[in-house]
Amino acid sequence: MKNKIKILRAEHELTQQQLAEKVDVSRQTINAIEKGKFDPSLPLAFKISKLFNMSIEEIFQNE
Amino acid sequence: MKEKSKPRAELTKKNTINLALWTGAWLVTMAISSFGSLFLWEGNSLLSGLAILLNFLVGIGMILANIKHLKGLDELQRKIQLEAMGIALGLAVVAGLAYSSLDQTNLISYNAEISHLVILIGITYFAGVLIGTSRYR
Repeated sequence: MKNKIKILRAEHELTQQQLAEKVDVSRQTINAIEKGKFDPSLPLAFKISKLFNMSIEEIFQNE
Repeated sequence: MKEKSKPRAELTKKNTINLALWTGAWLVTMAISSFGSLFLWEGNSLLSGLAILLNFLVGIGMILANIKHLKGLDELQRKIQLEAMGIALGLAVVAGLAYSSLDQTNLISYNAEISHLVILIGITYFAGVLIGTSRYR
């Protein structure tokens, strides 16, 4: 699954660690999601979309 | 300097230390129950029974600490653990039964010991966690 987390993170001037803290996961998890190696659960996707004030579909796209 | 994810990282660290302490305590009670009857209280059934009971109870504590540790992990960390445990369990069943068959059919000259299986599970689980962690890096 592709996603725009890296772009959104840069726009909001957040490090992976800061984003990880805000959504209560490890930095490794954010890194794996950004690289498309790990698809987040629905609750985590909701947390991320809420944080960036966007819909899940705007952030995550099925390849 | 690397920042720390306070709530998650601290919880994981605390739970990992807790699990390590319980595992250490379990190993100590295992050693006491195994070697105590040989070197400390030769032939005393009551002390042997109490040592085994203590080892069992501490083992329960270790299992509960492991559950707490798993619950404190985030979803990716839990997935890595689950995959490692699944591989370790699968290999333990397959290799354990094959090993037992080798013993029963006398294809190996020594007795199949449960400790060999425990070592195999430990190594497989550890390798599984390392491979899983590097795969999602």
